[in-house]
Amino acid sequence: MSDAYSKIVNSGPGGFIAGKVGLPRPVELERHTPGAPLLSGQALVGAAPGGRLAAPISELLAEAGVATATTADEALRGAAAEAGLDAGVFDPDGGGERRFKALVFDATGIADSTELVELQRFFHPTARRIEPSGRVVVLGTPPEACGSAREATAQRALEGFTRSLGKEAGRGATVQLVYVEPGAERGLDSTLRFLLSPRSAYVSGQVIRLGGGGGAAAGLNWERPLAGRRALVTGASRGIGEAIATVLRRDGAELALLDVPALSDDLATVAERLEAETIELDITEEGAPAAIAGRLSDGIDVVVHNAGVTRDRTIAKMPEDRWSELMEINLSSEERINDELLQRGLLRENGRIVCVSSMSGIAGNSGQTNYATSKAGVIGMVEALAPALAERGATINAVAPGFIETQMTSRMPIPVREAGRRMNSVSQGGLPVDVAETIAWLAWPASGAVNGNVVRVCGQSLLGA
Amino acid sequence: MIDKPHRVAVIGGSRIPFARSDGPYAHASNQDMLTATLDGLAERFGLTGERLGEVAGGAVLKHSRDRDLTRESVLGSRLAPETPAYDVQQACGTGLETTILVANKIALGQIDAGIACGVDTTSDAPIGLNEELRQTLLEANRQRSTLDKARALTRLRPGHIVPAIPRNEEPRTGLSMGEHCAIMAEDWGIGRAEQDELAARSHGNLAAAYERGFMDGLVEPYLGLDRDQNLRPDSTPEKLAKLGAVFGGPTGTMTAGNSTPLSDGASAVLLAGEEWAKQRELPVLAYLTGAQTAAVDHVGKREGLLMAPAYAMPRMLDRAGLSLQDFDLYEIHEAFAAQVLCTLRAWEDPVFCRERLSRDEPLGEVDREKLNVNGGSLAAGHPFAATGGRIVASLAKALHERGSGHGAISICAAAGQGVVATMESAGGAK
Repeated sequence: MSDAYSKIVNSGPGGFIAGKVGLPRPVELERHTPGAPLLSGQALVGAAPGGRLAAPISELLAEAGVATATTADEALRGAAAEAGLDAGVFDPDGGGERRFKALVFDATGIADSTELVELQRFFHPTARRIEPSGRVVVLGTPPEACGSAREATAQRALEGFTRSLGKEAGRGATVQLVYVEPGAERGLDSTLRFLLSPRSAYVSGQVIRLGGGGGAAAGLNWERPLAGRRALVTGASRGIGEAIATVLRRDGAELALLDVPALSDDLATVAERLEAETIELDITEEGAPAAIAGRLSDGIDVVVHNAGVTRDRTIAKMPEDRWSELMEINLSSEERINDELLQRGLLRENGRIVCVSSMSGIAGNSGQTNYATSKAGVIGMVEALAPALAERGATINAVAPGFIETQMTSRMPIPVREAGRRMNSVSQGGLPVDVAETIAWLAWPASGAVNGNVVRVCGQSLLGA
Repeated sequence: MIDKPHRVAVIGGSRIPFARSDGPYAHASNQDMLTATLDGLAERFGLTGERLGEVAGGAVLKHSRDRDLTRESVLGSRLAPETPAYDVQQACGTGLETTILVANKIALGQIDAGIACGVDTTSDAPIGLNEELRQTLLEANRQRSTLDKARALTRLRPGHIVPAIPRNEEPRTGLSMGEHCAIMAEDWGIGRAEQDELAARSHGNLAAAYERGFMDGLVEPYLGLDRDQNLRPDSTPEKLAKLGAVFGGPTGTMTAGNSTPLSDGASAVLLAGEEWAKQRELPVLAYLTGAQTAAVDHVGKREGLLMAPAYAMPRMLDRAGLSLQDFDLYEIHEAFAAQVLCTLRAWEDPVFCRERLSRDEPLGEVDREKLNVNGGSLAAGHPFAATGGRIVASLAKALHERGSGHGAISICAAAGQGVVATMESAGGAK
């Protein structure tokens, strides 16, 4: 956390004044370090009666060696025993000073709005026990997959709870809702790992849907989940693109890094560091899709559409070329590259396409009609292509970054920059690595159950929520 | 050599009322109390001048001068001075362990009859010399010449006047037993209300036992006490709920009401082979049928200090081919209400039973209506080594009253140990 405000309010005198005046005091978010355990503290698992996810949750926590406690719920204890999870018991009546790094609540058993009180029963005595940079994950059933209107209503209601808890939790804690389609229980592994770990530092208030996709997690090396996978990253020479390449490489991927010839030197430096091959071309050129396909003739596992630009103007002042140049780079070229790769069958089995959308694409932003249109279009592309990709056993998803600390944001006027940084649940900007970690999770072979999702990396920004 | 083991009969027990620390027994030594208790037992069962096979006894807090405390107590008692005796120490398990040791010799035919006993005082506690002073004196003693002795004694310092006081803490963790139990309570999610309820029930049950005359013959008056001093017949969960936490920090759940107080007292149990009892026309109350001791690693593996009985019980049950529900009465030593509740919860918990006990199914529930029906340590008090004898005698009498049935005993002990045993009513056997 490098910004000056954070440094001041976390200093002794600054903190005193901030406390008195009620200014936000962002904590330094924990981030992933290779070799670190999945969770640096204890996890507490709770469930509404009749839930169906106790087994996969227990198995994951047992396999990951997470120190776990459960509520005294009989079904949970049984599932833990079955999974070989040596879990302790937590009973709020026992009092004590116990703190938890993560709270995981299986809400799939809630079939009626009257049962939503189970949320209150679990979180009322535990909310204050969440450690800094803690994790809360509530698991539900997608309303559209529910058996009755009452159940669908109750399950849809979960979203209001998690989004509010995200705003209450504070101290770098994140809160997510994961809807698990019946039958997709086994696909929970990679997503729960991502959401519990410090990899998801700047992801909060999100709703993630898991469907029936494959991608078994069994036997995966979670230190190098992308080992043996080949990934293409566009716009890889700088900023977020470079961070994406770095994280994918760390996770074991072989890289092909693409950028425009003008950034050749930067791209070469990154490529050398990451032992990657380079593709120098302008993706908007007519022959670009074919040229890329030619370079990837052996096939590709992961495509990350990161390249993008801003050409800000209000629509009243926006000339057509400014509009079109951006649309070509941010959206149309991506469509053409996807089509080319898919038509030629170059996206391998269990392949992944991950696009970079933007908070502006969701919320809209003054001066960015062109940019927001392109980024909303990315979301449309993800949603439209998802079913077709599912048929091939592949997925397409997008991340939508909020305020990420980059060269671009450092040049913003101070009031705009400070507003962007603070107007979210963790009171700070994210880092390029936060976007990269989220993309890596979507790219993992074990993430086959995540398809057609748009996951924001925005610290639960107030904008476009 | 041994054809088959003899049945071990519990003939009866006797104890003095348990007193609170620095109460009526403040000036009674361990030897005083144990001698009086042995005399009470001898009186009841006509053992004056009798030479018994052996007396096994012990104390947890012992003066260094109390070498062979049990033997010295026997010499001062009405028993024949030719009765051999030895000391045992296994923290709060001492009383039940001595019972097992005497019973084993009877079972093997090595002795006909013997007494198991235990005593403890926290009032007349052993205070040691300051450790540095002790080292200095020993060093001086090692010198040959007077000059060298004098030189060694120059190392004496005024601070050496501070004595070494026995500490109620685990040597390897530095935590008191209460603090350890508070960790267990938190680990097992044991609430305040259920602890207070168990404590109130203990008082109620013991008071009722005195009221209906059950304690007659089990307790002999001593130094002006005729009932356990700690007993509060009018105790209720509501009254107990008003007490502040003493262990586990400000949000802790353990209070002076649901933890045993420091106590003084002694108990003794007469065990014999059936033949010996028949010759003396002494009725048999019950038979000791099984026993097991276990220990946990509370240091390296950080297991609950007082959880060893949770391991000992299933090992004993498996050997006997019994289930936890095969008993009509259960005596679980109430060191702390939380200890009892943690143990019960562990036996019901599929995770504990699978991960720690390697069992496919949990041991299951203990019917609370059968638990400590005549009161427990929370009401009676807990002079460490005397608790086992109190429980053995009380359970034997209760089984005799029933006329049939089985009973189980579970006692936790410091240093991560636990002792359990089973008994069968002799009523059905007659």
